[in-house]
Parts: sequence; C-alpha cells; structure tokens
Amino acid sequence: MERELKYLDIVEQPISMHPKKFALWLFLVTVVMIFAALTSAYIVRQAEGNWLEYELPEIFWITSGIVVLSSVFLHWAYISAKKDNLLNLRIGMVMTVILGIAFLVGQWYSWVALVDRDVFFVGNPAGSFLYVFTGLHAAHLISGVIFLIIVLISTFRLKVHSQAMNTMEMATTYWHFLGGLWIYLFMFLLLNH
Amino acid sequence: MATASVAHHDAAVHDHHDHEHHDNFITKYIFTQDHKMIGKQFLITGIFWALIGGFLSILFRLQLGFPDMNLEFLRPLLGGWIDESGKLDPTFYLALVTMHGTIMVFFVLTAGLSGTFSNFLIPLQIGARDMASGFMNMLSYWFFFGSSVIMFISLFIKTGPAGGGWVVYPPLSALEQAIPGSGLGMTLWLVAMTLFIASSLLGGINYITTVINLRTKGMSFSRLPLTIWAFFLTAVIGLLSFPVLFAAALLLVFDRSFGTSFYLADIYVGGEALPNTGGSPVLFQHLFWFLGHPEVYIVLLPALGITSEVIATNSRKPIFGYKAMIISMLGITILSFIVWAHHMFVSGMNPFLGSIFMFLTLIIAVPSAVKVFNYLTTLWRGNLIFTPAMLFSIGLVSFFISGGLTGIFLGNSAIDIQLHDTYFVVAHFHLVMGSASFFGLVAGVYHWFPKMFGRMMDPRLGYIHFWLTFTGVYLVFFPMHYIGIAGFPRRYYSWTNFSFTEMYTDLNMFVSVAAIITFAAQFIFLFNFFYSMYRGRKASLNPWRSNTLEWTTPLHPGHGNWPGEIPTVYRWPYDYSKPGAPEDFIPQTVPLSQTPESNLPHEQELVKLEMEIMKEESEVLVANESKH
Repeated sequence: MERELKYLDIVEQPISMHPKKFALWLFLVTVVMIFAALTSAYIVRQAEGNWLEYELPEIFWITSGIVVLSSVFLHWAYISAKKDNLLNLRIGMVMTVILGIAFLVGQWYSWVALVDRDVFFVGNPAGSFLYVFTGLHAAHLISGVIFLIIVLISTFRLKVHSQAMNTMEMATTYWHFLGGLWIYLFMFLLLNH
Repeated sequence: MATASVAHHDAAVHDHHDHEHHDNFITKYIFTQDHKMIGKQFLITGIFWALIGGFLSILFRLQLGFPDMNLEFLRPLLGGWIDESGKLDPTFYLALVTMHGTIMVFFVLTAGLSGTFSNFLIPLQIGARDMASGFMNMLSYWFFFGSSVIMFISLFIKTGPAGGGWVVYPPLSALEQAIPGSGLGMTLWLVAMTLFIASSLLGGINYITTVINLRTKGMSFSRLPLTIWAFFLTAVIGLLSFPVLFAAALLLVFDRSFGTSFYLADIYVGGEALPNTGGSPVLFQHLFWFLGHPEVYIVLLPALGITSEVIATNSRKPIFGYKAMIISMLGITILSFIVWAHHMFVSGMNPFLGSIFMFLTLIIAVPSAVKVFNYLTTLWRGNLIFTPAMLFSIGLVSFFISGGLTGIFLGNSAIDIQLHDTYFVVAHFHLVMGSASFFGLVAGVYHWFPKMFGRMMDPRLGYIHFWLTFTGVYLVFFPMHYIGIAGFPRRYYSWTNFSFTEMYTDLNMFVSVAAIITFAAQFIFLFNFFYSMYRGRKASLNPWRSNTLEWTTPLHPGHGNWPGEIPTVYRWPYDYSKPGAPEDFIPQTVPLSQTPESNLPHEQELVKLEMEIMKEESEVLVANESKH
C-alpha cells in the first residue's frame, strides 16, 4: 500500500490561474448545463410527436452575423488593450456594446416574426421552446452587455491596460462564450426543427 | 522579482492578518465574509431546519401509527388543519410529507452538511486564508437564508405548503386546481428552490476554485485529506446537476404561470378539457431525476469524506486504500449522472432502456463496496478510540451497508416494479442516504466542534445521543422493509380501507413510537451543542491528535486562519502509528527530514529533494530580507 503512493509531486506549486477567472469558467459550465438540459428536453419532446412545424425567422441569420461581428470587435479591443492602444480599445468596446444591443433588438424582432406566423409562447411546445431558448439566452446576453459597459467605464478610468487585463479577459471570455452559445442554439434549431 | 516564486501562492488571498481590521457585530456575525463564520451560519440554519423537518415527520407518523388518535391537542399549533373530529387534514398530510422531504434533502443535508463543512474545512485543511471569493461565499449564505425564509413562510399560508411530493411531478404540481398545495404553496416552493439553486452554485463554484487554486505549498492532490476530495467532488456534481433542476423548474414555472404546455397534455378536470396540448409529464421526470439522482451523492459524499477522516484519526491507522477511496469517489461522481432513469422504471419506458439503466445502477455497488471495505479494513486491528464522532462514523458505515444492500434489490427493474413507491423504498433511502448522511453530519459536528468554538462537547451526552439515535434509526426503518414488502404504498394518508393492512397496525404503531423517541433524543444533542458552546471544557489545540492542517491554527483562528506564514505541507494526512515514529501521529507540517527514524525507503530519497527545495527557499528569503 505505502509503496504505491509515490510522493513524486513533492513541494509543488498549485496551478496558478486567477481564481476569479477560474470561477467564471465554472459559471460558464453551469450555463452550458442549463442549455444542455433544455436542448435535450427539446429532442426528447420532439421524438414524442405532435410537433408543430414552422419556418425559423430569417432574422436569426442577421443576428448571428451581428453576434459574430461583435466578437471580432471585442477581440480587436482585447488585442489593443494588450498593446496599450487605449483609443482602439474604447472604439472596439463601444462597437461591441452597440452590436450587442443590436443583437438583442434583432432577437426581439425574431419574436415579432414568430407571432406573425402564429407561433406563440403559449401553445405547442415546439414554439414555446424557441421562446425559452432565445429568452434565456437574451437574459444572459444582457448580463454580458452590463459587464462590457462596466469594463468600458473602467477603460475611461485607465484601469484596463496591458498590466491589468483580468476584467478585460473575463469580459472577453464571457462575451465569446455567449456568442458561441447563440451559434450553437441556432445550429441546433436549424438541424432539429 | 525573487519574491514572486515564494509569495505567489499568498498573493491571491488577501493577507491582512497582521493588521486585523476590527469587525463590528454586523460584519463579524451577520454579513461576514469569513468562511468559518459562514460555515457556522449554515450549521445553525441547518439545525433549525432539521428540527422542523423532524417535527413534521413526527406529525405524519402520528397519523400513520395511530390513525384513530384524537389530535385535538395539536390544534393550538396546526389550527384548521385539525378537523372537527380531531383528525389531521388529508391534504395537509401530503404537504407534511412533501415539506419533510424537501427540507431534509435540500435544506438540511445539502446546505446544512455541504454548506457547513465545505465552508469550514476547505480553507482550513488545504492551508488557505479564506475562500477564493469571500463575497460570493457571503452571497451563497444569504441566498440560502432568503430561500429558507420563503420556504418557512410557505408553511403558514392558508392553502398550505407545496403538497405534490418533494419530486413535484406535474401535472399534480402544475395545476392549481389539483390540490390546495399546488397553489401559492407550490409557487413559493419554486421561488425558494430557485434561490437555493443560486446559493448552491455560488457555493460550489467557490469550493472548486478554492481547492484547485488556493492550496498551500506542498498540498498536492495526492496529499489532500479525503474530506476535501469529497467536498470537491460534491461541488462538481452540484455544479453539473443543479442547473438542470433550474431548467426543469423554469419550464414548470412557465406551465403554471404563463399557460405553456411543456409538461401538460390532454387533461380533463371535472369533465372539461384544459387548453394545454402537446406536453410530456415524463419529460419533467427525466429533467428532475438528472438532478435528483446526483443529489443523492451530493448528500452522501461529504458524509463519507468526514467518516474517512474521523475513522482514520480514531483508529490511529492510515486510511486503508487512500487512492482506492479517491477512485471510488470519482467513479460514484461519474456514475451518478448516468443512472437517473432507475427512478422511472414504472413510467412506461422501453424495457430495453430500463435494463441499460439497471446495469449502470448496479455498477455503483462496486465503488460503494470498495469504500465500505476500506472503512472496515481501516478499523481492523486499529487502536480504536470511541469518541462520539467515531461512534457516529461507524454508525454511518453500518447504515451504508444495510441500506446499500436493499439498493441492489431496488436497482433491478424486475423487483423495483413490484416495490416501487412502497415503504421498502422509503426504508432503503432513509437508511443509505438519510440516516447515513445525518450521521456524517453529526460526526462532523462532534469532531470539529473544538475547532469551531474552542470548547469540547460533553462525550457522555454524546454516547447517550449516539446509542438512542442508532438503535432508534434501526427500529424506525427496519420494520419499514416488511411493511413495504407487504405492499404498503408511500404517501398514503390512511390504509384502513385495505384489509391486508390490519395485521401490520402494531408494526406501524411501533415505528411511530420509535420515531418519537429518536426525535426526542436529538434534544440531548441540541442541549450539548449549545451548552458546550459557552460552558464546555476548553479544548486543547489538537484534541484528537490529528494530522490535518486545521489543528495547527490557534484555538480561535482569526480571519486569515494562521497568524504569520501559512504552513507548508510535507506529507499525506494519514501518517498515524507509523513504525519507528515516537508518537502515533505525524502532522502534515512535519518535514520528512525531521523523521528519519520512521521514513520508508522511498521517502528517504525524497528527503534530499525536500532539503534542496528548502535550501533554495531560504536563499530566496535571505535575498528578500537584504532587499528591504
């Protein structure tokens, strides 16, 4: 017994990721689990039949483009921050926030488009699920926009630069994640509706 | 720059111990960010809930054991829930079992167990000044507190608390007209559980981050006490499963309040069809049990971790199969996510799918048996010291065996379909999950009370508490196996309409009396707990002669835990009765180079490495000194 326990890793430093960044990743895991549960529920329910067939709103293509573009701008802002180019950082952040809000408006119009084709929140679960996916994603995206605005304000207080990247990195991670989550949901809906 | 390598593991935690800011009453006891106080807050709230949850069970045991009893004497407390003839209201009976389950599973054995000991022990045992985020930790408690307040209020509303069982299956829980408990009571249940999920996730994220990022120097994963491994894996399970419960609850909220049809289809109430179409009630069961089954291990694993620590310390022996313990806990963690449908064998699922879930379920017996074997072999020929904590830990092992055996029966779909929703199931999970976890919780309180409050609990009262509770639990739950095999369904208000039940009236009466005595015995513990907090014997620094880091702190550790440097760890936590050593324990902070007489050959080789590292570090320290 004793012999099997090798103490090879003696006096070793624990991994040194910033605890708050690590906590953010764990939070992302919980968000993944929520949407994994909902999308699996969608598949299970769909397999039981009595499923309303309808066209997805075309505006999803536009909002998907917007969310990808916003991630590009944010990445540009992130690189600028690393190079201490504060002007480009602010421009990139402002563009990301604007595009984020544009995405939310676009998602609202997707609901309008759904109502136009008589798909309501109350009714066949096929429609209800779509409202839940987009709504819950939008709720997370609003938190992302708020986070970005907080970081944007701190750029004006000169608190984001190449030596102080923690909040910026966290905001970038969260935003890319939310964009990726939307692309996943959209692909999922394209394949499974 | 040379400071970086030495000070870097301290840098992440705030390091204010030298100039400790003076807390006022509110920041010290109420809105505290100190993990030790937050742990105690969870413990006190958990004890409060345990009393309520236990008391509710006494109420429905009175109904089950003595169906003809006049309960008029309860009217001052229950008011209108006792009808004119002195009987318990049947819908309130359903609310009682629902709330008993909810309170015990979530508020006592999740928040009260994990919340208390993960918070209290993780920083102390891994050598950290506090949790990764003290603020999130505080939020975690206050979300739990808010959840508790709402759940508590729901006990007193006019239509009664939620009554659809702790599993809240729709359509019963989704339709207000189904039972009174599905009205406001159910709404409050859902709000409270949402807050509870937020609390668990905030706590869990913190536990995982702390264990991974904030271990002291030398505290590798292969030197973590098994308690920390258990809390860590518990937090991982919670992180992956609670969001799914949130998703299930969210859809249920939409069904209840917005009129959607996720879980509702083709329902007729009083001959009238409801507008809902296309929903699937089985969908809820899948989502619910995807949390519900891992939840069993969220409840059990911390108790098993505490037991490992207590049994090793009080057997004065290294834990048998340290790595096997970790691997079996990992196995349980993974398996817990792929067995959920064994709760749904009677839901009309494909029998082939059922046999897959049956197979996966039975595999869990393997890691569980490994753990039992390791507990027994640790006890085997140890210098046993029967502290109350040790007795409760052995009690846990006993329940884990007797309750686990019936799990093998119930895991087989063929026999489960027969026994489903009978008292056999009630007996099974009350032993293996309920009582075992409760014993782990109590063992933890007895064992770490000296660290929490700087005083000892009275051991004699502890022994009386143990023997009354241990025999009481078996007297309550063992007969339930027979009642279950005989065919008694659970959650029934009364069985007097079935003639086969007549010959079991005595047995039910017996169970109820045993339950009342067991519940009464808990007041011994309660007295001991609060009395010892103020009047108990002053504890010594390391009363159990234990190896782990928490016993190297001062008697009343401040916020920051260690005055001065955080100790470095040089060995695993289970060096008890090492051959050659002068004492029967060697704390983790003793370097191998100081114990040449007891080092094993491979450890002797590590001494050289250790000396080199220590030399390097002292050079760095000297360099730092000269820089100042």
